[in-house]
Amino acid sequence: MKKRLGTAWPPLAVFAGFIGVWYFYSGVILDEVERNISLPYFHNVVDIAFLDGENRSELLSATWTSAWIAGIGLAIAVALGLFFAVLMSQAKWIERSFYPYAVLLQTIPILALVPVIGLRFGFGIGARVIVVVIISLFPIITNTLFGLKTAEQGHHDLFTLHKASRVTRLFKLQFPSALPAMFTGFQISAGLAVIGEIVGGFFFGRGATDLGNRIQLYAARLRAEELIGAIALSAGLGISVFWFFGFLRNRFTSSWAEANHT
Amino acid sequence: MSFDSVSMVFPDGTHALDDVSFGVDEGEFVTIVGPSGCGKSTILKIASGLLDHTDGSYDLADDNLGYVFQDSTLLPWRTVMKNVELFDELRKGDKSARRANAQRVIETVGLGGFENHHPKRLSGGMRMRVSLARSLTLNPKVFLFDEPFGALDEITRQNLNEEVGRLFKELNFGGLFITHSIPEAVFMSTKVLVMSSRPGRIIDEFDVPFEYPRTAELRYDPEFARLSGEVSKSLAAFH
Ligand SMILES: Nc1ncnc2c1ncn2[C@@H]1O[C@H](COP(=O)(O)OP(=O)(O)OP(=O)(O)O)[C@@H](O)[C@H]1O
Ligand SMILES: [Mg+2]
Repeated sequence: MKKRLGTAWPPLAVFAGFIGVWYFYSGVILDEVERNISLPYFHNVVDIAFLDGENRSELLSATWTSAWIAGIGLAIAVALGLFFAVLMSQAKWIERSFYPYAVLLQTIPILALVPVIGLRFGFGIGARVIVVVIISLFPIITNTLFGLKTAEQGHHDLFTLHKASRVTRLFKLQFPSALPAMFTGFQISAGLAVIGEIVGGFFFGRGATDLGNRIQLYAARLRAEELIGAIALSAGLGISVFWFFGFLRNRFTSSWAEANHT
Repeated sequence: MSFDSVSMVFPDGTHALDDVSFGVDEGEFVTIVGPSGCGKSTILKIASGLLDHTDGSYDLADDNLGYVFQDSTLLPWRTVMKNVELFDELRKGDKSARRANAQRVIETVGLGGFENHHPKRLSGGMRMRVSLARSLTLNPKVFLFDEPFGALDEITRQNLNEEVGRLFKELNFGGLFITHSIPEAVFMSTKVLVMSSRPGRIIDEFDVPFEYPRTAELRYDPEFARLSGEVSKSLAAFH
């Protein structure tokens, strides 16, 4: 417990410094009009966005919507990502056929793709899910594929000596070897999924209201306090999923893996 | 198990083995010493079927084969028990028999009580014991060892040498052992083969007459020192 508190101090100090800079910027550099439309004081943000019951429930419900849409997209991306990674791990020629397109998918700026998705799939929840899938697929594929290939030659030899089938090799050797890398991929993708969901919401307004919708609305109406509140919640959501997958990775690998980061 | 004029040329043209002939019978323990890169591991890979030789003929009487690598090659996510059960599992053995068999060999190598540990919590010597136990589950007629104790400290190594010697006498398998250590070779074997540098050929052969069980005392025997010296000379003469 004591140690935990000890490790909590440095980031808390940074946070305090951050709030200090914020007050300095709002109070000294900005005049009152500028302050009200762009960067209000920290305590005003807390007051209006989080202590006001109505605003708070509006923001929290938007956060919840973002969370489940990102969750659905991420689940689909995990399923697709694992499928393609396993497929590519089975033969070099399959990997060579698909991998360039996985890279391509990664290099297209998601913002450029968004209008196309909207025009084809409408401006509702489905379109947001698609954005999430596209943005979070790549790290899952690459990390899983990398993980599946990290199984040691000596371990492969054992399975060869005992005439293990491809499926046995996959499930008893390659998947377990891949677990740490897989979770790293999930962790990166989970953060991206939240970003993708919010970007999607920014453009696709139909259906349940999420943080992207809220951010767009608050920005248009110059409601700076709520805008900053929504941004803070977006970041909080991203951090939560990142932590969650880090937790899962430790849960499944820390008892045996040699080194653990994060 | 017998090698008859076996040669091995890798696809990239590396000539690893040249006209290698020798045999290992049940109750024989043959050790190969030779300079690094001369093809010792290649011999074991051919013996186990991991590699196909390019010339000559190779015969294995029984494909129930124990194979201990230099590295313990334990699966880190499996406990000691699950690691030892692996081969029976891959061969689809009956589950309760598999567990009983694993328990038995874990006791044999002196690791009772560590069944639920993961490899990362074991010392190097203990990991080698698990690796040994894993192969013992097969009740092999032939046992291949590829420098299994090279990475261990001297005392652990000597203990394991005595332990393998004891198992050899008890189970009467045919052993083919590879090492860089001449004392280890003489201590373990009924016969020592000396290999030349690449392409590897067998250039000398020494019978080791000492009785089993061999104990630590043997290492101070003048005859032991004399034989070790001869093997050493033979190895050096070729460089
Ligand atoms: N797959 C391969 N393709 C080409 N050359 C190989 C291959 N495997 C081994 N060799 C070469 O064959 C030779 C014999 O290799 P091997 O591993 O049998 O040596 P070794 O006697 O076991 O050496 P060490 O004592 O260092 O373990 C080496 O020169 C090595 O570079
Ligand atoms: Mg070798």
